[in-house]
Amino acid sequence: MIIKLWVNDKKITDEIDGDAILLDFLRDHGCYSVKRGCETSNCGLCTVLMDSKLVLSCSTLVARADGKHVITLEGLQEEAKEFGGFLADQGAEQCGFCSPGLVISVLTMVKELKNPSDREISEYLSGNLCRCSGYMGQLRAIKRYLNQKGAQKNEIS
Amino acid sequence: MITINNFVKVKTLAEAYQLNQKRTNVVIGGFMWLKMGNRKIQNAIDLSGLGLNKIEETDDEFRIGSMCTLRDLELHEGLNNECQGALKEAVYHIVGVQFRNGATVGGSIYGRYGFSDVLTCLMVLDCYVELFKGGIISLKEFAKKKYDNDILVRILIKKDSRKVSYQSQRNAKMDFPLIAVAVAKKKNNIFVAVGARPMKAKLIQKSGCLSEQNPSQEEIAEFADWAKGQFSYGSNMRASKEYREYLAYVYIKRGVKEVLKDDH
Amino acid sequence: MRSVNQPVRKKDAMSLVTGQPVYTQDIAPKDCLVVKILRSPYAHALIKEIKTESAMKLSGIECVLTYKDVPDKRFTLAGQTFPEPSPYDRLILDEKVRFIGDAVAIVAGDNEKTVDKALRRIKVKYDILEPILDFRCAKDNEVLIHPEQNWRSLCNVGADNKRNLCASGEEKHGDVDEIIGGCDWIIEQTYHTKANQQVTMETSRTFTYLDETGKLTCVTSTQIPFHVKRILSNALELPESRIRVIKPRIGGGFGAKQTAVTEVYPAIVTVKTGKPALIVYTRRESFIASSPRHENEIKVRIGADKNGIIKGIDMITLSNTGAYGEHGPTTVGLSGHKSLPLYGKVEAYHFRYDVVYTNVMSAGAYRGYGATQGIFALESAVNELAEKMGMDPVQIREINMVREGAVMPAYYGETLNSCALDRCMAKAKEMIGWDEKYPRINLKNGKVRSVGVSMAMQGSGIANVDTAGVLIKVNAAGLYDMKIGATDMGTGCDTILAQIAAECLHCSVDDITVSGVDTDVSPYDSGSYASSTTYVTGNAVVNTCETLVEKIRDKGARQLGCAIEDVEFDGARVYQVDAKESINLKDLTVAVGSDKELSATELFCSPVSPPPFVVGMAEVEIDKETGKIDLIDYVAVVDCGTVINTNLVRLQTEGGIAQGIGMALYEDITYGESGRNFSNSLMQYKIPTRLDVGRIRVGFESSYEPTGPFGAKSIGEVVINTPAPAIANAVFNGVRVKVRELPITAEKIYNGMKQKNI
Repeated sequence: MIIKLWVNDKKITDEIDGDAILLDFLRDHGCYSVKRGCETSNCGLCTVLMDSKLVLSCSTLVARADGKHVITLEGLQEEAKEFGGFLADQGAEQCGFCSPGLVISVLTMVKELKNPSDREISEYLSGNLCRCSGYMGQLRAIKRYLNQKGAQKNEIS
Repeated sequence: MITINNFVKVKTLAEAYQLNQKRTNVVIGGFMWLKMGNRKIQNAIDLSGLGLNKIEETDDEFRIGSMCTLRDLELHEGLNNECQGALKEAVYHIVGVQFRNGATVGGSIYGRYGFSDVLTCLMVLDCYVELFKGGIISLKEFAKKKYDNDILVRILIKKDSRKVSYQSQRNAKMDFPLIAVAVAKKKNNIFVAVGARPMKAKLIQKSGCLSEQNPSQEEIAEFADWAKGQFSYGSNMRASKEYREYLAYVYIKRGVKEVLKDDH
Repeated sequence: MRSVNQPVRKKDAMSLVTGQPVYTQDIAPKDCLVVKILRSPYAHALIKEIKTESAMKLSGIECVLTYKDVPDKRFTLAGQTFPEPSPYDRLILDEKVRFIGDAVAIVAGDNEKTVDKALRRIKVKYDILEPILDFRCAKDNEVLIHPEQNWRSLCNVGADNKRNLCASGEEKHGDVDEIIGGCDWIIEQTYHTKANQQVTMETSRTFTYLDETGKLTCVTSTQIPFHVKRILSNALELPESRIRVIKPRIGGGFGAKQTAVTEVYPAIVTVKTGKPALIVYTRRESFIASSPRHENEIKVRIGADKNGIIKGIDMITLSNTGAYGEHGPTTVGLSGHKSLPLYGKVEAYHFRYDVVYTNVMSAGAYRGYGATQGIFALESAVNELAEKMGMDPVQIREINMVREGAVMPAYYGETLNSCALDRCMAKAKEMIGWDEKYPRINLKNGKVRSVGVSMAMQGSGIANVDTAGVLIKVNAAGLYDMKIGATDMGTGCDTILAQIAAECLHCSVDDITVSGVDTDVSPYDSGSYASSTTYVTGNAVVNTCETLVEKIRDKGARQLGCAIEDVEFDGARVYQVDAKESINLKDLTVAVGSDKELSATELFCSPVSPPPFVVGMAEVEIDKETGKIDLIDYVAVVDCGTVINTNLVRLQTEGGIAQGIGMALYEDITYGESGRNFSNSLMQYKIPTRLDVGRIRVGFESSYEPTGPFGAKSIGEVVINTPAPAIANAVFNGVRVKVRELPITAEKIYNGMKQKNI
């Protein structure tokens, strides 16, 4: 089938199979930030935005993205650098394999949650697994980032 | 591995129904569960063009389109006010935001999965399933039904101000539950649904079982003991049959106490 | 210090957080053949017949390989220095399959769909054999898992394939029976730790191709590039000179990639077809055919005098290596060597062990490497001793713990040159509020809050074995190019080693570029495992810098026309101490009239392995009616000597604690009766999410290790060792239930409470 969609604001028209998966399609179109970490929709590594909502690209048929706007970290480089700098300042990226999914989720969380508490941050991001960091450094980075954006009133420890 | 030959975004429910009569054609919900299966699909039937992604609230009910996501359920204020946050509690442990943005209510209910939090919670509400051909039937009936070729259009929840409690226990926070227990109270009717036994949720209802005014702890425990005995339990890698049965008792007891709290 | 003990950003940080294509699969050529494996549905069977013709006929299929197509020479996939202690018990594909998931055939084709189709077309008939699934029944069982003639053990580790033994041995000091016999207090218990998965976010993956000279080039997500080179040479019967291994950025290791899990498959496809080939393990494959932690059953007997001084320890470890022996003989040693020395007043010990083959997936290396298992057992036993004596578990450790200056008979007789275990204990106690919270606080809601404690140690590399090479040269810009053979797996060693070099060379960390590992270019390093990198490779960096500075001074002196004794190097220039003449490094590099290139390379191998220490304390909340347990707070205080990178050490600690929490509470590879692995996905094997870890707090009490770079010891593994015993202790202190088998689930706690009430 022929579909038309926007990937990072670039219009793409392509012929695809009915069972083509968005994750593979995005990687085939040069979006290597999108990673596969499992086959059971559990890890959050492949998270992208589809029409401004976080979705698991491993569980999304490309056919379902027809007519939609998909954003990957390749399309959010400035924002990624800004928040990513906070992660880097904690060393919290570690191996970095989960970073793209986490970064795009944090950038979206900031738009959806007002003044989130630590608990709300952890709840929102519970679908983003990380095996290196133990999550504490990520939380420190997120809080400092929110604080800089004036979006969290919590004290930073 | 799953393969799909054609992806058909249907224009009408009738078209979806017609396509769904063939065994090799399948309605796809969120595609979360389906994609892990091992089948060859001729036509994947997509309902996303039918406007079924909305929760409508009227004076006496909520009408939840089958393509609404679990995240929609979680975030809908009216709905969560109606059930005192029980639905939010039921979906909140399911993987993560990006998963709940994809998984659909229709898929969760149609699947009638053994581990389903959503099915367990909805069961104790005055909840119905609207089928394209089969019309409106109670969720309790639907859960017992065999899988057929009808199309699940909406979930309907009647507003009747019942008090609701939802509890579950898991080994890890975002794992499937070892046990899921929903309890509701309407006037002197108590509704109890237990899921993840690990079999799919079942509902029992009993009226006039507890004293009208402030039943004693013993009465509640006695009721919970009776109620847990109305379900069967099994063992799997998450928990044994015996432990599940005991947990059902504990959480029914606690659920009943919760729905009796601040009563009148 | 300018660079050491600083929170320097990782050199690759910004490319990782912005999602740049730097991992193995991202950089694989587009035309790689897709390689997949057909796996055994039986735990133990012989292949009677295997038909591949129908699969081969598919258009797009390049090759289908079976045991008939591979060399009949056994090897090991363990990443260890030659001669490997792990037995040579594998073929790339074998006529006999030894666990559900064992490789039966390799298929390569030009796209995934066709390869999947081909896999389904291969028809195999099996002679099903009786499997051994309980590791307690494996030794001297009449069923033999490796009866083959060409099975080989290279080292004297007590292996015997006719007894299903991968290793066996004992060590002793003094007469333990006599010492324990004379003790006032004796504890004798058995503990059971389960197999756990490392769960690197990037599963194992490799691509291979022939370069322009026909050399087999292997780009792979590995911790052991130099060992991979030898393993491929063994497996394919190719000379090592015809093999090159490159390590790009890798998505996590934790020991998982200290075994060459995937490399042989695309390599043999490339050798057979001449074409580039790529294998990417699915998460499922990485759960059913990988290299998890060895399951251990450990019997511990300890004796203490009337004052609680621990006099004797007797430990017997039974370790399950599964179908193959990767890391079997060595992990088991650590269960004793890295637990027993924690108690410094022991007069006699006896440590015995067997490592047995069974028909489950082969075990391998996972952070902690046997120490984790031994420490759970010994620390739990010490907690039981404290309980029996009515003593605070912190106090019994305070009076028994090993101290700086001690000679450790159970630790190869090494002398402990640096140890702040006592300060770690004091600080942990203060951080968690032990005295206020021990043993428990009953809450009004039917729950109880309680605390628990454990100590742990590990090593810093393998003494007299681990070897690290470093090459540093001054480039034309007057800055430094550093080549290392150690593998950064997200741990940040490229940055940490650059910090050490910058400190030695009086320059900025940014002035030093560090390249990824390429066996054709990088100096030899045994690899990043056994907590070796900061200590072993760090020392090699220090030595290399010293040599380089000498060369810089020598060349500078010649340019300035004076003797080397008259000049110093300050990082920017070589200057005469008593005169005004100087030459800057950039000018010196390009200065003509000298035949000396400004580069240096040194190898380092340590005669000792100084242990880092941790004290861990857990605070848990338990529902007294259901046994449901929540981790509230975890405090870890670490002595890893001088902290080189304050951020990265903290992160290592927090990450290791989180993995230990998973191991303590729910991670468990579960097999069914026929040997089927139920823990085959992230849906069925849960690792901690950010809602599971509670709060993890880390403190430091640094000793100074005289043999380490700037006083440093390593950190990588020790951090995973305390959560299981500390949480078990907290459970006991909360509800008086002793859980001696991991994981500590709510159901086990509930059952324990129920038994006590009867």
